[in-house]
Order: sequence, then C-alpha cells, then structure tokens
Amino acid sequence: MKKFTQQLVLLGPGLAWLVVFLVIPLVLILSYSFFRRGPYGGVVYEFTLKNYKQLFSPLVLRVFLTSLRIAVITTGLALLIGYPTAYAIATAAPQWRTTLLGLVALPFWTSYLIRTYAWIVLLNREGVINHFLMRLGIIHEPLGLLYNEFAIIIGLLYGYLPFMILPLYSSIERLNPELREAAADLGAPPLKTFFTVTLPLTLQGVIAGSIFVFVPSLGNFVVPELLGGGRRLMIGNLIQNRFLKARDWPSGAAMAFGVMSIVLILLLLQAWATNRLQEGGANAE
Amino acid sequence: MRSKFLKRVRALDVHLVLVYLFLYGPIVMLIVLSFNELGLPTAWGGFSLKWYGELARNTALLNAGINSLIVAGGSTLVSAVIGTLLAIGLERAVRSTLLDAFVFVPMIIPDIVLAIALLSFYSLLKMRLGLYSIMLSHIVFNIAFVAAIVRTRLSYFDPSLEEASMDLGATQIKTFLKITLPLILPGIMAGALLAFTISFDEFVIAFFTAGPGQPTLPIQIYSMVRFGVTPDVNALSTIILFISITSILVAQRLSGMRGVL
Repeated sequence: MKKFTQQLVLLGPGLAWLVVFLVIPLVLILSYSFFRRGPYGGVVYEFTLKNYKQLFSPLVLRVFLTSLRIAVITTGLALLIGYPTAYAIATAAPQWRTTLLGLVALPFWTSYLIRTYAWIVLLNREGVINHFLMRLGIIHEPLGLLYNEFAIIIGLLYGYLPFMILPLYSSIERLNPELREAAADLGAPPLKTFFTVTLPLTLQGVIAGSIFVFVPSLGNFVVPELLGGGRRLMIGNLIQNRFLKARDWPSGAAMAFGVMSIVLILLLLQAWATNRLQEGGANAE
Repeated sequence: MRSKFLKRVRALDVHLVLVYLFLYGPIVMLIVLSFNELGLPTAWGGFSLKWYGELARNTALLNAGINSLIVAGGSTLVSAVIGTLLAIGLERAVRSTLLDAFVFVPMIIPDIVLAIALLSFYSLLKMRLGLYSIMLSHIVFNIAFVAAIVRTRLSYFDPSLEEASMDLGATQIKTFLKITLPLILPGIMAGALLAFTISFDEFVIAFFTAGPGQPTLPIQIYSMVRFGVTPDVNALSTIILFISITSILVAQRLSGMRGVL
C-alpha cells in the first residue's frame, strides 16, 4: 500500500498530464478523421472513410511524395555531412572533443525561426550569395535560389544537422579503435575497414540520427513556408491549410495520421534493427 | 603509414571547418548586418545601433517577448516539478519499457500533429485560447525532456546512498530532501534550462493554440519574416543569440552539464 502511494505521487502527475494533453487529444483527432466535416468547420458525427480515401487523391499523394523525397534527401545529406564530422570530433584530441561537440550543439539553443530567416537573407534575389556571385562576375543575372526545393532542403539540413551529428558521435566515440587497427593489420584497406568494421558497429547511431532528422523534416511546415514560398507544399503546410484555412478538420486529421503512420513504421523498424544489432553484438562477444 | 594517417586526419579537419562555417556563417552574418546603418544585406553603410533603437520602440515585439517569457517560465516551473517526480518514479519505483516508450512519445511526435490534436481538444472543451493554453501544451513535451535528463543524472548515482539514509532512520521525505534532491539538482536545472529554451523558441504548437492578439515571440517573428527581410529582425536575432549563448555557457559552468550540451 505504501509502495502504491509512492508510485502514485511520483508517476501520477506526469502520466495524468500526458494522458489528458497527449493521449486524449490524439484519440480525439483519430476519431475526427473518420467523421465528416461540418459546414463551418468542426465535425459532423457521421462515419466516413472519405478522409482516408482522399489521402490517395493525386494532389495529396503528390504532396506526400514531395515531402518524403525532401525528407529523404535531407536525411541522406545530413548523414553524408554528419558522419565525417562526428568521426572527426570523436577522433580529435580528447581535450578538444567537448568543445567541438558543444559548438555543434550550440546553434540548437538559438531561435530556430531566426536561423531559418538567415537563409532568406542569404538566398534571395537581392541576397548575400547572389550579390557576391555577381560582384565576382561569375553570374550576371541573380539566381533564383530561394522559394524552391533546394532552399527547403538547405533550411532543413541547417536546422537538423546537429541532430544527426550528436548520436553519431556517441556511437563512434564508443567504438574501440583497436578493432579498426586489427582490421588494418590484417591487411584491409581503409575503405574496406570502414565498410566492414566501423560502419556496421556504428549503425545504431546512424539509425538514431537519421530518425531525428527525418521525422521533423517530414512534418515541417515552417521551412517550406518561409524558404519554399508556399509553392512547393509539403504535408505540414497542407495539414495547416486544412485546419486553419479550409477549416476541414477531418481531412487534416487523416493527413496527420498519414504522417504518424510513417513515423510509427520507422520507429518500429528502428526498435527491430536495434534489437537485431544488440543480439548480433552479444553473439559476437 | 604515419604520413597516410596524417593526411586522412587533415581531410577530416578541413571537412570539420567547413561544417562549422556552414553552421555559424549565417549566424555571424546576421550579427554583422544588425550593426549596418543601411539595413541592407549587400551594402555597408557604416556601424550603427539604429536598428536596436528601432527594436526598442517596437512595442508589439516587446509584448510578444514578455508573452514568451510568461509561457516559457510557467511551463518550465510546472514541468520541472512533474518531470522530476516522473524521472524518479521511472528510475526507482516502476521499471517498465512500455512506460519508458510512452514518456518518449512527446519528444518524437511531429509537432504539427500535436498542434492540431491540442487545438481540437481545446475547442471541444470550448476553452478560450490564450497564453495559458500554450503553456498547458508546452508542458506536455517539457515533462518528457526534464524527465529524460533527470533520469540520466539519477542513473549515475548509487541508490545505496538513499538506502543508507533510511537505514539510519531518516524518513522517505527527509531522505529525498537531504540526499536525492541535492544530488540530482544539476540535472533538474539542466532539464529546466532545456525546457525553458524549447518553450521560448517553440513556434508550431504555439501558433495553433495561441489566442487572438496574444502572440509569443516566435509567432511575432514569423509574421515579420514571412514577407521577406526586415532589418530590425537582425538586431533581435543578435540579442536572442547573445542571451541564449550566455545562459548556456553560464549553465554549463554552474552545473557541469556536459552530457546535455
């Protein structure tokens, strides 16, 4: 009984808060996604699958695919840039590591909107990059760098690159350097050592980092709105539009669950892969 | 062999420098531009504090800043208490992977999904939206972040310290106040700082659950930058950057919160 009181005091408030402000709201919009929209916003309690069928309409499907493409490219680039960065930090002199890592994390503590805004200043037609390229005589007409998919990817990459580097760093740092040396001593060329020893052993970091970049990129609506100019709509923009402008909550809710199911599948895959990797690790020992 | 190793390190170091340039170039650019008399990104009109003066007269922005302080302060206080209790509960009282996963959800759920869910929930309850509705929403993910950080701290120290205290006759509450709390305090402070920063900077959920005429700072900034470049945002950026970087360095000094940075 005493044990129970203790558990109640400790876990009660937190779990209650999450149930009221997370579980119930999610269940609510899940149920909305099966109802019809009301004439002036809100919902009419009448069962329908229309909102989910609509996810496969050409317009929505295209937006989903665009968002997926942008999120995949962003994650891929973050991995390509982030892995060597994390590797360089993890193999730097020990007294430098904390500082180098801190420098990667520091931008995260500053305003995300402002960091996105900086790219408007850099990329727009009268912006810094165009100005310098024209000054140097490399181009004669300003390039349309802003308001396209390229700008969205740059913005997302800029915002979420630290999320890739941090988990990668911790998995690379844990790696025993003797393993690499052993592979090299046995005659494996550096690239082979990397692909057969280093990469497989740091795969957990790769997976975690990829999810941390992919998930917020996929559902993002600030970056496509500010840097994509709304022309390249991503799924976040569409959900926002359905909710705040078109006032079609059921359809927005169904799209949200479309995004959620992608995220959920990824997390389950991650859990499965982590299990496999840990089992593999245990067997190897 | 050795020279080959050095070469590889050098290529990696060049890469590292380029990444830091990518991360800090845009930030440094904003800081430099904030002192540009002309307010243009492409022509230097001399050093000036003009845009800072402009900022000081922008009452809408100042009010939004105060709103953000209220939201972040309130949600941090509540989530620091609830999150700490939750961390102790999950670490000491109940061991359950399912609960761990559940507490992790607010950190990974796409913000737009949480935003529309909360908006629907509040309007079902016919709640009037305002600063407090943003605060209630922010507490959801702040609890999760505080709990995660305090747990890391808890897992470092030896539970036998608590047992010893109770064996010596201290009550549970006294043990908590005299032993546990002082030991995890740096973790709580680090968690609170993280919660405050995230809440202060959070845009999407605030945008959906804000009341009319009560924008937070990110909402106000959003409405300013949506339609292009405005020079006083540069000055604002510099101030925000300065405050957050100073506070993070101070916090790091105070609590040795290396694991968090």
